[in-house]
Amino acid sequence: MALDENVLEKGILNVTPSLQTVNTQAPQPSFLHSHTLKISLFVSLLPNPAVMAVLKVHGSPFSTATMRVVSALYEKGLQFEFVSIDMKVGQHKSEAFLALNPFGQVPAFEDGDLKLFESRAITQYIAHEYASNGTQLICPDSKKMAIMSVWMEVEAHQYDPHAAKLCFELCIKPMLGLTTDPAAVEDLEAKLGKVLDVYEARLTQSKYLGGDCLGLADLHHLPTLHYLLGSSAKKLFDSRPHVSAWVADITARPAWAKVIAMQKS
Amino acid sequence: MAVRKLYGALDSPSTMRALASLFEHDVEFELIPVDFQAGELKKMPSLSPFGELPVFQEGDLTLFESRTIMRYISHEYGKRGEEQVYEIPKLQGIAAAWIDVEDHQFDPPASKLIWELVFKPQKGLPTDEGVVEEEEAKLVKVLDVYEERLSNSVFLGGDKFTSADLTHIPSLYLLMKTPVKRLFEERPRVRAWYRGVMSRPGWEKMVEMVEKVRA
Repeated sequence: MALDENVLEKGILNVTPSLQTVNTQAPQPSFLHSHTLKISLFVSLLPNPAVMAVLKVHGSPFSTATMRVVSALYEKGLQFEFVSIDMKVGQHKSEAFLALNPFGQVPAFEDGDLKLFESRAITQYIAHEYASNGTQLICPDSKKMAIMSVWMEVEAHQYDPHAAKLCFELCIKPMLGLTTDPAAVEDLEAKLGKVLDVYEARLTQSKYLGGDCLGLADLHHLPTLHYLLGSSAKKLFDSRPHVSAWVADITARPAWAKVIAMQKS
Repeated sequence: MAVRKLYGALDSPSTMRALASLFEHDVEFELIPVDFQAGELKKMPSLSPFGELPVFQEGDLTLFESRTIMRYISHEYGKRGEEQVYEIPKLQGIAAAWIDVEDHQFDPPASKLIWELVFKPQKGLPTDEGVVEEEEAKLVKVLDVYEERLSNSVFLGGDKFTSADLTHIPSLYLLMKTPVKRLFEERPRVRAWYRGVMSRPGWEKMVEMVEKVRA
């Protein structure tokens, strides 16, 4: 991906108010938050902390890669701690964060003593380790899983490069007071349109991208989709009936609503 | 046994990745060369909706995206005791993260350097030294992280050779023929690691197939 993902993330964070609270676990009555610390740590008191290792996500609720991981956790109904990383002050390049992700990009993830980074590797880990929790996000059959894996790579290599750049032009630049480049938008929309043509054909044969069941291949699209649906690029999805139905289906999921709710603090 | 076919182009790094994986796992297959430049792939849209190589077929299963082919082969055809994946999700999670590191961190500068230093000269186009300098600086940062990683881990993905290492084979093969080689040589653990990768049977057989065509 030519666009540095952190440029996109930083752009998003430069224009949003500093997070004061993020309600990660609505039913739990008490959580800790601090207004003064650069690192905002929100601890959800688990009913049996000794029984389960704590899952932690270090990132920003506005970062597409962070949202990708959080969506998997919500789909699985897993409790987790969200550690907010303030990218405006370069916290993602701090020694403490680099110990979690040596490439200095959000998100980073912990499950007990396991430390992981790369959002799509994290979601795959969650889907396998917690296969019996919540929504099934992978296929036990190896050939069906191979097909889903194809469309996971397609999301990362064909869809995301154009989608992320289009997000930058249409959503981030205006918020930063920069001018959207109409020629770039036209070019990117044409390229993304060609990808969506392939998706349209695929979705006439398959209910979801990865197969007949919803899975990671679909979920991975949600974060950039969310931003693009709020822009003029929405037309690219609306104009393709099967793509439009698929988008409506996956964005209506209750777990996804919880991810978006984290942004409204 | 289902017949296996790999549609590919022997000068393409993606095809090399699939070949290395097939050879590492001793999987029998037939290579069907596709002349990408002559537009042969466009005649087979059902095989590859994005018009890319390689495409792997096994019976009625058709896969594209070289890293998917690599992952499928490693999970399906692991040799007992020499699997290049982990069964335990926590260990496989780490290996999977480093497969994505190659894809998202290593490959962008590596593939630009391959374009400038290998493919452009082959096409009679001039190398842009400014780009080379820029991309080498980016690759150096990645290799510094690799050097540190390899101080805690025998291989990139864990304590054994996995797809996290194999996935680098095409770029290593092409970059070792260029001055970029020095960046790998200058870092002792990276040097030991890449030399280890080059001694793999998957490497040797992939190179043999690729270079036989050129001979």
